[in-house]
Amino acid sequence: MLDIVWLMEPLRFIPPSASRLVGWLLLMSAGLSAGICAKAQDTPLLSGTAGFVTNTTGGKTSYIPVFAPLAAVPLGEHVLVESRAAIIESFAPDANGYSHSHFVALTYLQGDYIATSHLTVVAGSFLLPFNVYNERLTPTWIGNFQDEPLMEPLGLMSAGIGLGGQLRGSVVSHPKVSFDYAVWYSARSANSQFKADRSFGGRGSFYFPEQRLEVGASYGRRMQGTHENFAGAHLWWQSKDAGFRFRSEVARGQHAYGYWIEADSRPFAFGNLDSFAGRIEPVFRMQQTFRIDNLASDGLPSANTQRADFGLDYNLPHNTRILTSYSRQFSSTGNVNIWETGIVYRFLFPAWKGHQK
Amino acid sequence: MKPSILAFCAALGTVVAAAAPLSAVQDQAKAAPSQQSKNSASASAPSPDVKDEGERVFEQNCARCHNAPSGFSPRIAGTIVRHMRVRANLSHHDEEVLLQFFNQ
Repeated sequence: MLDIVWLMEPLRFIPPSASRLVGWLLLMSAGLSAGICAKAQDTPLLSGTAGFVTNTTGGKTSYIPVFAPLAAVPLGEHVLVESRAAIIESFAPDANGYSHSHFVALTYLQGDYIATSHLTVVAGSFLLPFNVYNERLTPTWIGNFQDEPLMEPLGLMSAGIGLGGQLRGSVVSHPKVSFDYAVWYSARSANSQFKADRSFGGRGSFYFPEQRLEVGASYGRRMQGTHENFAGAHLWWQSKDAGFRFRSEVARGQHAYGYWIEADSRPFAFGNLDSFAGRIEPVFRMQQTFRIDNLASDGLPSANTQRADFGLDYNLPHNTRILTSYSRQFSSTGNVNIWETGIVYRFLFPAWKGHQK
Repeated sequence: MKPSILAFCAALGTVVAAAAPLSAVQDQAKAAPSQQSKNSASASAPSPDVKDEGERVFEQNCARCHNAPSGFSPRIAGTIVRHMRVRANLSHHDEEVLLQFFNQ
C-alpha cells in the first residue's frame, strides 16, 4: 500500500470533496491572519511536498501526482496551530485502459499548547503516537520508501489519526540520556453512521545521545466493539561519524503481529554530502507480518507475508529527492514484484513577508 | 523466507561498507543554518558553547529523521523550532539553543 494511500485512510468512509479542501484553506487562512502580529522569527510558514510517483505491482503501473501542504501558525508565546492535507490524483489501469480518481484529505489539524517545559497539550485531530513511523516518517519528503511498512496499521486504530487530546513532552533531557512521552485519548468517528471509535494509548522513549540510540515502547487499546490491546516497540540508531541510520519497529495485536527494519546510508567516502556520490542514498528494508487469525480486519495481509525492499534515492539540490525501489513480496497468497519511482520536492517558506528586527 | 534473509544480509553489508567514517553528518547539520546566516534576522552572535550545543541538538533531534533543508528564511526559524519542539518532544532548553543555532 502506498504511503499516499495511507494518507487517504482518514477519508475511507467519506466521499472526497473539494469542499473539504476549501474548508481547510479557509481555516488555515484565518489562522495565518491571526498570526500577523507574530514576532520576527515566528512568522507562520507553509511547507509540504509536491511530487509524482509511480507504482508497478504485478506488472500494472499506476501514476500518482501528490500534493501535501502543511501550515504551522504560532500564536503568542505558547500556542502552535498546525495542519497537513493531501491532494492526490491516481491514474490506475483497469479493463478499459486507465481509470482516474482523486482524493482530498485533511491528514491532521491540531492545536498545541506548550504549558510547561515538560508538558504540551495537544487537541484536535492528530497523528497517533503509537511507535514512531506514523508521526515521523509519513511525510512523503522524509520517508525513504513510498510504501509504508506492512505492519504499520497495527496499533493505529485503522486510520492512524486520533480526534481528542494528547499530552506529551520531555521528562528529562540530559547529555547522557533523555526520556520523552506521549499519551492520548481519541473518540474519532470516520462516519456519521457509526459510533465514535474510542481508543487510548501512549508511548515512552529513551534516547542516549552519546550512543545515538533510541529505544521506546508503545501501548494502545481500542475501546469500541471488540476491545483490543496493541503493544509496540521501536529501536533507532544512528552512527556518530557516518551517515548510517538504522530504524526498526515491532508491533503486536490480538490478531496479528509484525516487524520492519530499515537501514540507509549516505556514502561519504567519495566526498561530502553535496558531491555527486554524497547525494546517493542506498536504502533497505526487511519486513514480516504474521497472522494469528482472520477474525479482525486490521489492515495487515490476510496471510503471513515477507517482503524485502531495495531502494536507491538521490538527494538533488533545492530539497528535491528521487526515490526508486524494488520490492519482492513472498506470501502464500502469491509472490509479487513491486517497482516504484518518484520525484518529490519539499517546499518551505514564510506565509508572508513578516516583520524584520 | 530464506531468500529474504540472504537478501537482507547482502544489502546490509553493502550499506555498512558504504558508510565510511567521516564527519560529514556535521557538515549536513551546518548546511541549512549557514546558508541562512547571511541574512539572519538575529543580531547576537552565540558563544562557541551554544553553537556546539545547538549543533548537537540539531543532529540528534532533527537529522535523526530527515535531511537538513537547504536553507530557509530566518523569519520562520522560530516557527520551525516550535514545531520541532512539539513533534520531537524537545525540552525548553533544547528549543532555545536550536533557535540560536539557526540564527548563527
